[in-house]
Amino acid sequence: MVKAKLKVFSLLARYWAYLFLILEFIFFASMARGFFSLRVIQNILFFGTPIFLLGTAETFVIITGGIDLSVGFVMGFATVLAAKLVAAFIGLGMGPAAGLALGVGITLIVGLIPGFINGTLVARLDVPPFIATFAMFGISHGVSELLLGGVWAKNLPHLANAIGNGFFLYVVPGKALSLFQRPIVQRGQAVLEIIPNVVVITFFFILIVAFLLKRMKFGHHTYAIGGNIDAAVKAGINVKKHLVRVYMLSSFLATLAGAIYVLKYVTGKGDAGAAFLLDSIVAVVIGGASLYGGKGTVGRTILGCCILATLETGLRVLGVSTFDKFIAVGVILIIAVLIDQFSPELVHKED
Amino acid sequence: MGYLLEVRNITKRFGGLVAVNDVSVGLNAGEVIGIVGDNGAGKSTLIKVISGVHRPEAGTIHFMGEEFKIESPMDALKLGIETIYQDLALAENMNVYSNIFLGREKLKKWLGMIKVLDHEYMHNESRKVLNSLEIEIPSLRNIIRVLSGGQRQAVAISRSIYWDARVLIMDEPTAGLAVAEQSKVLKLVNRLKEQGIGIIIITHQLHDVFSVSDRLIVMRRGQKVGERITKKTNTDEIVRLIIGAETVET
Repeated sequence: MVKAKLKVFSLLARYWAYLFLILEFIFFASMARGFFSLRVIQNILFFGTPIFLLGTAETFVIITGGIDLSVGFVMGFATVLAAKLVAAFIGLGMGPAAGLALGVGITLIVGLIPGFINGTLVARLDVPPFIATFAMFGISHGVSELLLGGVWAKNLPHLANAIGNGFFLYVVPGKALSLFQRPIVQRGQAVLEIIPNVVVITFFFILIVAFLLKRMKFGHHTYAIGGNIDAAVKAGINVKKHLVRVYMLSSFLATLAGAIYVLKYVTGKGDAGAAFLLDSIVAVVIGGASLYGGKGTVGRTILGCCILATLETGLRVLGVSTFDKFIAVGVILIIAVLIDQFSPELVHKED
Repeated sequence: MGYLLEVRNITKRFGGLVAVNDVSVGLNAGEVIGIVGDNGAGKSTLIKVISGVHRPEAGTIHFMGEEFKIESPMDALKLGIETIYQDLALAENMNVYSNIFLGREKLKKWLGMIKVLDHEYMHNESRKVLNSLEIEIPSLRNIIRVLSGGQRQAVAISRSIYWDARVLIMDEPTAGLAVAEQSKVLKLVNRLKEQGIGIIIITHQLHDVFSVSDRLIVMRRGQKVGERITKKTNTDEIVRLIIGAETVET
């Protein structure tokens, strides 16, 4: 009897996040008619892209036992840089496609720099991750605002909007399928839109880095560093180099989130990602990662991201203000940490 | 006959503290030497210089007659110098076979192009080496955190003997082990010695080191204060050297 109870508790401790997501969905579906629909679910994914990307970035850093507080403002910096570059290239007479590709491409490369600085400070100069990335939080914010000079970035091509708000697949029921291009139909004819482009891009990159973490040597060493950095050094792993790479991966994903923001909203804003920093860390913690390092997976983080993204869209559908969302996220964080604290022996046994 | 491994005039400082002061030690193939000394005598620091964890301020390291710069643990591992550390240096969040292969993971091609971890190979090889040690660990997929002290020690030992070591350094190999496990470790030392591996043992347990070693090096306050053929000395003399009760020429 006691044993059965313990087992239930153990299962609950391990799978509470799934249960939470389901209950959350049921709650919103009962409050708002039509919540459980293709359109709303796609909206959740669409508005959740920065949470997914920043959460994944944070997963890597947190597994090494660090934290990256700069992801939000690095994302903001990327939106500004990409928007400015694309506008400049088009101003120079480039076509929209070339200007967009070049501007975003350069942004993605420049986006490795904040991570390189973070990683070098943490790994080679022994600055605590909290301090190093907090400094970068301020620096990247400041640089973005300087670049903007008080006005939002503008003069972006219509193509950005077409990609950012387009869909991967369009279906005219019983008639036609179309990739990327919205088919021209008669008035009143329904067109099913399936999977926003930005969701496809987001999950393409997330799958790659998830593979990196789960199946490749890079991931193995990431876990080893988080588990026992001293042992990793003694096993011959180049820990310093590895940590720099982890922070660079983190800022790359944040930059990608910024580039996607530009496609979605066709502008750049210094604080575009500021609100997602808390989300990204909460998502990782909901996913069962330990802030002491050594534990966590991309898959579980994505689950945490889904909870937050659903909350975000759900509250918006209900017309609740953003501030209530912050409170809700804070409460969820506390719940997640408490569950982790009080059931370590139940949750932590698996590999 | 030249030494398999020789360190000459090694000095290692930590700030103002001289942890190892001008120490020279040689090790032959198929020989076991014991390094003994009180806490803080510099034993662990000396072996960490050899295993690449610390870089010395002065001195040279020679392997098979040739001078090598050992600048990182990987440099030492590549020469065949394996170390079992006192703290075992295991990643507790990872499973048994991942620890045995840590830093030297076996990879395979996935879809013919991407190199991924070959879990099955690492699992099977780890099982073999653990079996040869006659140590039972129910599942090699268990993480280290759930293992007993003896099992952890076995994993640490397996990791170092799997890779065809030519020099094996053991820092307190019997600390924290049950008596039966201790004798297993000492038997293993004898077996490895017969295979021609040079072994350095650091220990507080004089009894152990007397039973397996050929030579004893005594350290005190960072310096080498004595070197004795094990058969030609006795516990009293070594203890006197360790505590510095008398000055003996080295």
